[in-house]
Amino acid sequence: MSRNHLPGRDNGMQAPLVVPPPRGPDDQAMGDEGQEYASSTPTSSLTWIAWFCSLPGHEYFCEVTEDFIEDDFNLTGLSAMVPFWKEAMEMVLDVEPEDTHRIPDVSIVEASAELLYGLVHQRYILTRPGLQSMAEKYEAGVFGSCLRVYCTSTRLIPCGRSDMPGVDTVKLFCPNCNDIYTPSSSRFSGVDGAFFGTTFAHLFFHTYREYCPAPFTPGRRTTAASPTHLSSTSGSGPNIPPVNPNQWGGQKRPESRVYVPKIYGFKVSERAKSGPRMAWLRMRPPTFEDLNAVDNRGRWIDEPGSDFDDDPKSGPSGGRQGRFDEDDDNDEPIEEDEEEEEDGAPQGHAWPPQASSGPAGGPGRRIAGGSGGRTRALQHSIGRRKRPIPPPPNDSSSSEEEEFDQEEDGGRVLETAEESALDTPAEEGFLSSAPSNHSGVGSQDAKRRRRKPELAAVKLANYVGKDVTEMFSGLQLGSTNPPRGGAVMPV
Amino acid sequence: MIRREEFTSGSDSDYSNSWISWFLSNKGNEYFCQVEEDYILDRFNLTGLNVEVQHYTHALDLITDNLADDEFEEEHRGGIELSARFLYGLIHARWIITSRGLVKMLEKFKKADFGRCPRVLCHGQPLLPVGLTDTPYEKSVKLYCGRCEDIYSPKSTRHGSVDGAFFGTSFPHMMYLVYPSLLPSKAGPSDHATPGGDPKRRKDKIEDTQAVGQLGSAGLGEEQGSTATAALSAERYRPKIYGFQIHEIAKLQRWQEAMRDRQIARLVAEQVD
Repeated sequence: MSRNHLPGRDNGMQAPLVVPPPRGPDDQAMGDEGQEYASSTPTSSLTWIAWFCSLPGHEYFCEVTEDFIEDDFNLTGLSAMVPFWKEAMEMVLDVEPEDTHRIPDVSIVEASAELLYGLVHQRYILTRPGLQSMAEKYEAGVFGSCLRVYCTSTRLIPCGRSDMPGVDTVKLFCPNCNDIYTPSSSRFSGVDGAFFGTTFAHLFFHTYREYCPAPFTPGRRTTAASPTHLSSTSGSGPNIPPVNPNQWGGQKRPESRVYVPKIYGFKVSERAKSGPRMAWLRMRPPTFEDLNAVDNRGRWIDEPGSDFDDDPKSGPSGGRQGRFDEDDDNDEPIEEDEEEEEDGAPQGHAWPPQASSGPAGGPGRRIAGGSGGRTRALQHSIGRRKRPIPPPPNDSSSSEEEEFDQEEDGGRVLETAEESALDTPAEEGFLSSAPSNHSGVGSQDAKRRRRKPELAAVKLANYVGKDVTEMFSGLQLGSTNPPRGGAVMPV
Repeated sequence: MIRREEFTSGSDSDYSNSWISWFLSNKGNEYFCQVEEDYILDRFNLTGLNVEVQHYTHALDLITDNLADDEFEEEHRGGIELSARFLYGLIHARWIITSRGLVKMLEKFKKADFGRCPRVLCHGQPLLPVGLTDTPYEKSVKLYCGRCEDIYSPKSTRHGSVDGAFFGTSFPHMMYLVYPSLLPSKAGPSDHATPGGDPKRRKDKIEDTQAVGQLGSAGLGEEQGSTATAALSAERYRPKIYGFQIHEIAKLQRWQEAMRDRQIARLVAEQVD
């Protein structure tokens, strides 16, 4: 079905975005088309869905199968979000409107139909057939390539920033740099991101793991032949770079070059104000094992003297996984005092600054870490184990941790809130996490309350109900048991 | 763009006022700025270009509008045209890292003539052209973003065919060294906001991540302009499935952030500004 059949429309971009498709013979638009219809049913060359997907700017959409839309279960909850539900459904499914008297303005119904189709599309592309049809588009390169030079034309996939319509337009996700980009063509500035949702892109790469680049850069060792892009999971001959040991992870060879700023051939030093500060954003470790050198809270495991409780920046810090921090503004002034007291003394024995070369490299301590009352093992176990009560320090052996680690990585795809200590509450997900999800991290939160001013403390108490925090108040979490009522913990 | 005064009244209509103005007004040459005449006329600045460019003398005459029109036949003229463009490009690469050249490019930068960063979290940060190599005929021009410190290919293919050697590898870094006030913050909306306005947003996590960023830098208590810990407040995109982060990617991001923390620790220890 080509666009030529559409009435009153040429293939140029001048056509309005929403033009009524061919309908039954009583519809006036039929006259423009100049075709004769023998029967009263729309034998049109194009269904509304096919027409919608063929509009300029709608290339990212795939056609939702009719049985998906017709099944009401799949549309649970959408009737509340879409006005003129019945009319919109009729339009999308090319059903003749029964009640011709109260047809509201067609343009309103069209907007409604578009919204409806978009939201159905968001759900459809998460199903197996939906993923497949998007995979075909992906392979055809319909979504474009990453503009980042060192991604070397990695193909992109559409992604939304929110699951609710009206927030932002559709973006494109690059699996190589794990970042989102605005589409370069302005045609797509009218497509809502919610029509693709936040989940689809990642579910896509989880389903088609051969398209997803691995998180480390294999092939640093010299291989005779040029590296291939797809490495089989079984890991064959000597020329194929090593595969991702995590079989649930990405299997594709990543493009991992990082741009190095140079002036007259000399690297700009990081000590310069304009020196490279963001190189870490695109770095990949050389081996898979390097990834394990950082624990769940984003700290180096084997660095001596790193602190655990008052981790100035436990976990992915700074503007990290978003939501936790902004609720903690109220607490910052008080926390600063706490921090400063602690930081006074230990600040003295600064570690030798050195250009660390690898994760096992220097003792790069956290910035102005406070004194830790807890041992590393304790912290480790808190970070890793899901149960809140930590084992005594001597207990956790490295082998146990390794085992745990492997088991963690073996089958795990998604991070639960407990494991990824600073995970954001899944507000935008369909299944928004109930406060109980965070119960496992309540204890960690207690430790985190003391930290450097620049990192807002995670106040799980803000999210967790009061009763849960009470649950942990009795916990002995090492010598520095923070006073439960002393520090401000708004609940 | 400063228009050169006309030497001759009846100059060639194709070439407008001067060859340079004509060259700059061509489609696809929007990235170039005008090289001042005295810079070109000073032969010292063109040291070494005579071996790189064929028909050097004639090309130079053409650029400086000293070429007599009727001197050459058509085919020779074509070759001289090409050489002239090539020569202008190489001169341009040297020009833009001089102080006056930087001023010219600064004007273009402020108008976002080079485009904006396609990365969503860079919030429309204007880009700067850069080459991957200083040798001509190797790589085309790329665009450097000061916020994510990464390079991108231009959106349009026309710009994508300009040689990167006409801009050089040093230019954006020289620009930021000379004008450190141009250095964008790594957090929050861009200083040079998009003129069209960001799409209307409801109060939701998008705004909140920006607030976090600003909070992060405010709470640091650092002096104005300290960049050591700037990267701490950089926003990141967190891939999620049904609201839950993906383990592999989150692990990689944690590793990256740990590397960042290490760098910051190093910088703070060395008391880098």
